[in-house]
Amino acid sequence: MFAYVVKRLLSGVVVLFLISMSVFLLFWYGPSEPAQTICDNDTSNRCTPARLEVFRENLGFNNPWYEEYGKFMKGVVAGREIQFGSTTKFDCPAPCLGYSYRTKAPVFEEMKQRMPATFSVAIGGAFLYLTLGIPIGVAAARRRGTLTDKALVSSFLVISSIPYYLFALLTWLFLTISWEIPLFSDTGYFPITENPAKWFSGMFLAWMALGAFGCTTYTRYSRGSMVEVLNEDYIRTAKAKGLRDNTVVYKHALRSALVPVITIFGIEFGTLLAGTIFTETIFDIDGIGLWSLQAVAQRDLPVVSATALFAAAVLIISNIVVDVIYSVLDPRVRLS
Amino acid sequence: MTITSPSSTSSPSDVDGPYLQVEDLTVTFPTQDGPVQAVKGLSYSVELGKTLGIVGESGSGKSVSSMAVMGLHDAKSSEISGSIRVGGTEVVGLAESRMRKLRGNAMAMIFQDALAALHPFYRVGDQLAEAYAMHHPKASKRDGRRKAIEMLDRVGIPQPDRRVDDFAHQFSGGMRQRVMIAMGLINDPSLLIADEPTTALDVTVQAQILDLLQDLQREFNSAVIIITHDLGVIAEMADEVLVMYAGRCVEFGTTKEILTRPEMPYSWGLLSSIPEVGASTDARLIPIPGNPPSLLKPPSGCSFHPRCSHRDKVPGDLCFTELPALTPASNRAGHLKRCHLPNPEEIYRTEVLPEIAPDLAEEIR
Repeated sequence: MFAYVVKRLLSGVVVLFLISMSVFLLFWYGPSEPAQTICDNDTSNRCTPARLEVFRENLGFNNPWYEEYGKFMKGVVAGREIQFGSTTKFDCPAPCLGYSYRTKAPVFEEMKQRMPATFSVAIGGAFLYLTLGIPIGVAAARRRGTLTDKALVSSFLVISSIPYYLFALLTWLFLTISWEIPLFSDTGYFPITENPAKWFSGMFLAWMALGAFGCTTYTRYSRGSMVEVLNEDYIRTAKAKGLRDNTVVYKHALRSALVPVITIFGIEFGTLLAGTIFTETIFDIDGIGLWSLQAVAQRDLPVVSATALFAAAVLIISNIVVDVIYSVLDPRVRLS
Repeated sequence: MTITSPSSTSSPSDVDGPYLQVEDLTVTFPTQDGPVQAVKGLSYSVELGKTLGIVGESGSGKSVSSMAVMGLHDAKSSEISGSIRVGGTEVVGLAESRMRKLRGNAMAMIFQDALAALHPFYRVGDQLAEAYAMHHPKASKRDGRRKAIEMLDRVGIPQPDRRVDDFAHQFSGGMRQRVMIAMGLINDPSLLIADEPTTALDVTVQAQILDLLQDLQREFNSAVIIITHDLGVIAEMADEVLVMYAGRCVEFGTTKEILTRPEMPYSWGLLSSIPEVGASTDARLIPIPGNPPSLLKPPSGCSFHPRCSHRDKVPGDLCFTELPALTPASNRAGHLKRCHLPNPEEIYRTEVLPEIAPDLAEEIR
């Protein structure tokens, strides 16, 4: 299994390399003028065509792309020096993902700062929707065909057909603005190390929105999977042994029913960790999602490529983790 | 409709009578299109040490009736009426908690296709030990494991102390069925129901498994029901045979009777459809035409009439209008049939037998 994980990680590095190159090329040949962003943000002087040309030269936009991509990769591995304008020079240690055109801060440092916020949102939300969704799904599967089951499935279908951003926005508008519920009054990210209570109350509404919305999807996944497993022959065998219903459901059926649910979760959780754009924007949480949104709006190239790389890395890792969990759950799966 | 109990040879007042007694069992599944009667007025009994074979096509109700004996039908989606007594205990309507104590303990079931019937994620030893622990609450984990190894050894699995930690997919088909049997017998049940135990196996492995079942039955002295569509299995295993069609018993008798002097056209059909090794190449395989009837809208009268090639020999339109009663066959004790034909014995001898086994017919003549 160790060899398998190493192999997957190595192939993940190759994927990351390809992604970094395609993101780089997209911007290189894309219809935007990155130098303009820096030129406009430089408050000391007006942006004249002459100054723009200086920025272009400094950023290397007058060199061929592979030369600049080489510099970028060297920076990631060994660090490099970056020059903005005619005077300012920055030292960017490895792993150097560049400097933000907008804030002139090292991208990697900014990303590190924003990670805890995004991770808090993602982990809390995912925890909520799994702990709600799976048990409700299992309960519905056990009562399949009954009125409870039908009511649950159809009402959850209604919720999940609302666009998520609308759902989250309405949650915030009602709970925080209209009803002024104190627990939800102050949304945002506060470092857990400074004030755990404030961290909790700041995150709570975001978790609720993510959890309530996500749990409808996971209820449907786990219900469907469970209904299928409960019809399996080995479940009949388990019943024929005289086992209790709960043992049959939770020991024999659930383990099999979780396999497809985990596949979906692995991919989705990776996406969550890569930045919850709507959640962060609506609940004013300064995480990766909000950051990448701002970066795209302002054509902040280094930040955009860093967030793309980060998303890819997280997805690759969560896929490997899912495969490992697979092999633990299902002995027929041998990782090699 | 009168039901003559197939066990009329043993006196019904005897408490030590048959271990399993099924009387007038009806299993109905309510569906959106109306109720489906999968088993109708079925009666039979099995004594300890005896084997009853239940034969019939898919959908004839043979598995459904046995699942009812095990209490494996979901109470919410099925209606069961009649009486099933296991070792003197009435199990129809028995509370689930008491039923659970019988299930896997006093009675056990082994299923066809052991690969699907064993849990893919748990070691076979753990699955066996679980069955043991369920009915031996005081047993320790080590007892369960020891018992599992002992049972694997008993059913002829080599190196049981190592195989006990394998998963179902690591066994061959025959070995897997042995594991299934070991699990069924781990609590020494008095009633064992084998639902097509050899269907998914090679012919040579089939013979081994049947041999094993017979050995174990002798050793444990249990009552065995073997469900199959293979008359070869019946000939090998069963003392008595019950032929089912469309949820009803259509013929019942000792194995020898049913295989040599069947009196119901459906049984003839079953006999005609098995190829016989060593039979003359002139012998023909005659399949039963058509398909099993829909249980949602069963045919009027005798449910076999749409497929029966002998219905013209019955005077009037009795076959279309009236369900034949289960009546004693031509002067033979214990042999029951459900058919309007006035002279089935003669038809079998002069018309059916020459077709399916010319050499045999020759001999009899």
